[in-house]
Amino acid sequence: MQKKRKTLTDANLLLTITIVVFFLMYIGAILFQGKGFLKPQTFFNILNANAALLILSCGMSVVMITGGIDISVGGVTALVSMCCAVYLDYHNGNVLGAVAIALAIGLAFGIVQGFLVAYLDIQPFIVSLAGMFFARGMTTIVNTNPFNVANEEFVALKNVRIIIPGMGSLNKLGKYVNAYVEIGVIIAILVVIILFCVLKWTRLGRFFYAVGGNSQSALMLGINVKRTKFLSHLLCSLLAGIGGFVYFMHVGSGAASHAMGAEMNAIASSIIGGTMLTGGVGNIIGTFFGVLSLSTIQNIVSSAGLDQAWWTGITIAAMLCLFLVIQSVVMARKKK
Amino acid sequence: MQTKKANKLTVSELFGKLLSQQIFIPIAALLLLAIFNLIADPSFYKITYGINSAGAPVLSGYLMTILDYGSELAILAVGMTLVTAASGGQDISVGATIAIAGSVILRVLCGTNSRPDTLQAPIIVAFLVACVVAMIFGAFNGVLVAYFKIQPMVATLILFTAGRSIAAWINNNELPIISDPVFSYFGGFIPGIPIPTPFFIAAAVVAVAALALKFTNLGLYTQAVGINESSSRLNGLNPAFIKFLSFVILGLCVAVAALIKVSRLSSINYSVIAKDIEMDAILAVALGGNALSGGKFNLTASIMGAYVIQFLTTTLYKFNVQSDALPAYKAVVVIFLVVISSSVVRDYLRNIGSKISKKGVA
Amino acid sequence: MKDKAVLEMKNIHKNFPGVRALQGVDFTLCEGEIHALMGENGAGKSTLIKVLTGVYGKDEGQIFIKGREDEILIKSPEEAQKAGISTVYQEITLCLNLTVAENMFIGRENNVYQNWEKMNTDTTKILKSLDIQAEATQELGSCSIAVQQMVAIARAVDMECKVLILDEPTSSLDEQEVEKLFKLMRDLRAKGVGIIFVTHFLDQVYEVCDKITVLRDGKLVGEYEINDLPRVKLVSKMLGKDLDEKTEESKKYRIYEKKSGAVPVIETEGLYSNGGIKPFDFNIYKGEVNGFTGLLGSGRSECVRAIFGADGILGGTMKKNGKTVKITKPIDAMKNGIGYLPEDRKVDGIIGDLSVRDNIIFALQVLRGFFKPFTKAEANKFADEYIKLLGIKTASANTPIKSLSGGNQQKCILARWLLTNPEYLILDEPTRGIDIGTKTEIQKLVLKLAGEGMSITFISSEIDEMLGTCSRLVVMRDRKVVGELSGEELSQSMIMSTIAGGEK
Repeated sequence: MQKKRKTLTDANLLLTITIVVFFLMYIGAILFQGKGFLKPQTFFNILNANAALLILSCGMSVVMITGGIDISVGGVTALVSMCCAVYLDYHNGNVLGAVAIALAIGLAFGIVQGFLVAYLDIQPFIVSLAGMFFARGMTTIVNTNPFNVANEEFVALKNVRIIIPGMGSLNKLGKYVNAYVEIGVIIAILVVIILFCVLKWTRLGRFFYAVGGNSQSALMLGINVKRTKFLSHLLCSLLAGIGGFVYFMHVGSGAASHAMGAEMNAIASSIIGGTMLTGGVGNIIGTFFGVLSLSTIQNIVSSAGLDQAWWTGITIAAMLCLFLVIQSVVMARKKK
Repeated sequence: MQTKKANKLTVSELFGKLLSQQIFIPIAALLLLAIFNLIADPSFYKITYGINSAGAPVLSGYLMTILDYGSELAILAVGMTLVTAASGGQDISVGATIAIAGSVILRVLCGTNSRPDTLQAPIIVAFLVACVVAMIFGAFNGVLVAYFKIQPMVATLILFTAGRSIAAWINNNELPIISDPVFSYFGGFIPGIPIPTPFFIAAAVVAVAALALKFTNLGLYTQAVGINESSSRLNGLNPAFIKFLSFVILGLCVAVAALIKVSRLSSINYSVIAKDIEMDAILAVALGGNALSGGKFNLTASIMGAYVIQFLTTTLYKFNVQSDALPAYKAVVVIFLVVISSSVVRDYLRNIGSKISKKGVA
Repeated sequence: MKDKAVLEMKNIHKNFPGVRALQGVDFTLCEGEIHALMGENGAGKSTLIKVLTGVYGKDEGQIFIKGREDEILIKSPEEAQKAGISTVYQEITLCLNLTVAENMFIGRENNVYQNWEKMNTDTTKILKSLDIQAEATQELGSCSIAVQQMVAIARAVDMECKVLILDEPTSSLDEQEVEKLFKLMRDLRAKGVGIIFVTHFLDQVYEVCDKITVLRDGKLVGEYEINDLPRVKLVSKMLGKDLDEKTEESKKYRIYEKKSGAVPVIETEGLYSNGGIKPFDFNIYKGEVNGFTGLLGSGRSECVRAIFGADGILGGTMKKNGKTVKITKPIDAMKNGIGYLPEDRKVDGIIGDLSVRDNIIFALQVLRGFFKPFTKAEANKFADEYIKLLGIKTASANTPIKSLSGGNQQKCILARWLLTNPEYLILDEPTRGIDIGTKTEIQKLVLKLAGEGMSITFISSEIDEMLGTCSRLVVMRDRKVVGELSGEELSQSMIMSTIAGGEK
């Protein structure tokens, strides 16, 4: 009689590793870096600064779960920022119009890239590499010089602070200050929740997993593989558009150098969060913790006095490398 | 009369042969660009003989710029072609590893002082150290790809992310400046020779590559592994090692390119040096008509491709396109190339072609 | 369309580049019958099924399904499911990263939301009714292969289908599970479902099937009632040798006279690999031609792959000329003078984009080493020599090998190994998928080489080819060596009965 033993699946194993790593890191930060990390606002600032990354990473996870990859998201973010900035300041646009522009850019990238990958069967990496360079180049073409947006409506929106009730800390003057988050964080959390539900409870979400797990089998099981791949890229680019706007709300400026390397951070977050490069395995909750781990480590590095820019790059790459090798080992074990 | 007929036949035959040659693609692209420039502004082809700021006689003009600045790309194209052929993927960390290798060269030359009056080590030593370091980083990529079986582009993502940071770290984020004029020869001119040195270095690398292909089985093994890994294994090859080797060779090419790059400035800018060069190198391989999914390759075509890209870049610069906007144009070229070479589009075109010919018969 | 027929396929043609996989095959399936589809490797069974389920498009022919007046077009597995055809494929085509329940239901329902609770309870019910030892919420990848196969079967059965296709579903099941499957099949038959059953286990065919359709070389051989076709006759139909010829069968068989005191060129003891074969003993002497025979999937290829070090060796010893040698990878075998022409020419043999010349010199070149490439003149000399010797039809030595016909490709691979001048040459299905002229040429060549002192193991699906060349046959069934025939035992009937399991 076979035992009804619950085995730890690969997906859960990777997720557990991530969550444990995050908490160890945060506790370590509190122990060794002093009380800064005990303040709720430190944590919320990490969220504020990385809300856009969180959204980008969610999109990246979806594509990676479906077995693809999209490295154009950073470029799209920069392009969205620049287009919105130009629209708001040079054309006296309103915020709603800017949101529409952001979504339209995301959709356009999604449709083109998705079509090339799904229906013309071109490697997603090449397609999105070209997408990245196109977006970066277009950003410069739209406007060369970086500038801060002065549009009043937008600045008001950018400065909205949402107070977290019951949390706060004393500032340097000994005054009690409430902890707050920006609007972007709310959007990011919503995206996380919605995507979690989509991946878990909708047919499409499960198709993503099936196609990423084994596209040939998925075809045999009666799934429209091409459409599923197309939709995954569409969703990712659309989220890049939204993420781009959130990024724009955080920085309040347009610049060609915005979100440089964001695609790498998004991929790293997804991988650290337990999404398998080979597809089929991944979880939005994991991605959430992946982003937190990544941004916490950045925070630790900079508050440890190692604020030279290179440490962040090296630590992220080291984490990425570590988790890639873990995945490779898990895959090798699975094949046996 | 008869000889004329025979001539005609050979001309059409020649044309047919040329069309079927892989090298036709970069040549056609080159011709297209050349004609465009000829019509737009013939002064593009003007080469002047003058004296440069260092007082040496040099040739200058857009064509010389292409020969000069296409060198690093041509050198990288050699390694990138091998990596593409063997692994069916591309290395996107070459720009970052150039930064590392360049940083190593400067570090060895300067020692602890970032602005030394005299070099702290012979240039050749610095270069050899950079070669070893670059090959180690190549080997790192190679191990991830060949033995951990991670897709090449994702495996090289690690160094793409970290490379420039590592480069900055090697020199403590200082910007060393070399004042020795000899060092600047590699990226500029050797006094008395009016042709830029990088061109000679590129020619030397190409010559070494050609010799390596002639006197070893590198070409045969690489192609065999890229075309059919299973069959290669059954014929006694070790596919993993061949893939690994291709990444190490690319590391060597990176070191040479890095020498030219740092010599041009006699210094380094970690975040800008060799920026976006990975895109150009991949594009060179694709323009050379080599399949990005690996297998058969033609090195000459890749090198041609590299110069075609530099031709394109120089042309765009001439028309006042900003350097930051260049990638947008190149991305369009890439997409065009991959779309027409995708199997789906080819099948579709073939179907249409056969339908038309069927109709013609009917 | 006949009254009772639930599925009718007429005059189905399907070509792949260079291969005519199906040539005018008809197939009829009636309500409430279990219909075996039999044939050797490459006969076209899997292609026929993939055409039926929309994985491949057909080039010609019509498909009719009960309940629809006109011809039905099936363009994807999705549409096949909707038309009431459910399939269990030879290789497991489920997603290992999903749960058992999801694999049961994904791609079948049209609602946007996924109701996990209902799905899990439904699945638990089905699993219980079929007595499958798995939980609905378990990840499929963590189940044994047998359970995975049962889940695939459960999924197919649970769909309200008119036609159920089982393409070698039993290869990974144990006896009890096979029994369960058979009970299930009989229940479905009683409900009027038509079942197509593909298997290479003859016992199973005779246990559950009502009718047999035999395919060979992409053509229909015939449709038979199970009682009209005894086992040996079935084997003869599959192998393409009419048993009536038995009386005319000449007493000609090949004999190898071993010199006294001779040591085998190659001798294995208890060798086995991760290819899934049981440990086997084997030997071959100088100048001998012997062969492995057995039906598809009996393990004959895996045996020679183990000798060549192509699969991971798990145990056993190997001696060459009496001395123990260690062979763990192909290069070891090559250095020991072993050559291996693989079964699957396209996947393991040719290097498609390379020229005929490079393909011919490849193995010798690898043996010679990285730093000693042949000059172009040397390579051309070798290539031209063998192109002439074997009569390879190619425009030039520069032509890419993939543009040659199958037979000429095979000759190039043969040339590749002959060039290394091996002491022992393994030829796994060298004659598959090539024209008759080339087939006889290759057989003659094998005999000539053996005459010159080369030891050769020859594997073929066609028994007369084996009889024409081999002086000793190792018979395999179910991945085990079950017998060795030589001398007078070398006859069609004896081989067939040994393959079939000692019955007539």
